[in-house]
Amino acid sequence: MVFEQILDILYALGAILVMVLIFLSMIRALVGPTAPDRVVAINIITTYTLIIITLIARIYEQVYFLDIAMVYALMGFITTIGVAKYLEKGALDK
Amino acid sequence: MLDTILYIVSIISLVVGMFFLLVATVGLLRLPDVYNRLHATTKCDTLGSGLVLLSLVLQSELAVAIRLALLIIFILITNPTAAHVIARAAYTTGIRPIVGRSESND
Repeated sequence: MVFEQILDILYALGAILVMVLIFLSMIRALVGPTAPDRVVAINIITTYTLIIITLIARIYEQVYFLDIAMVYALMGFITTIGVAKYLEKGALDK
Repeated sequence: MLDTILYIVSIISLVVGMFFLLVATVGLLRLPDVYNRLHATTKCDTLGSGLVLLSLVLQSELAVAIRLALLIIFILITNPTAAHVIARAAYTTGIRPIVGRSESND
């Protein structure tokens, strides 16, 4: 069926596009004038990586990649919360 | 017939989601302030990733679709929370937002 082939090609192209977007976001994480700029860039890179993991799980037909994606989303959220708290209070245990 | 409709909806959702992800990255690179960048990235990123995952949900069987739907709900909860925390940390550390037009600033 032609739509299925189109969709497979679009998933592969979407994974490549998101990879390019990760490299573009890394520019902001390297250049960014203040520390919260870098935190924003790392947060968006985490979401992009999650999308790449789910697309690869669809392309290679591996279901357990989705569990890895869930754990990765949780780790990215905790990273953002931790760095923001460190910026705000100067220590992690206050 | 139903399969064709599902494929077309899935393709449209994927393309629109990729467009919003592209807009989020352009906003992250081009806008002048932390708060502007947060404004651009959070909403476009949440909508774009939600649409891409919705496109995958429509193509999966039930056990995979439930996991992807859980991922969508998790993103919808955590992404605005992270944006709020980053904005509060930026404001507390003394970064003031740009007020008015910023011709001299860029």
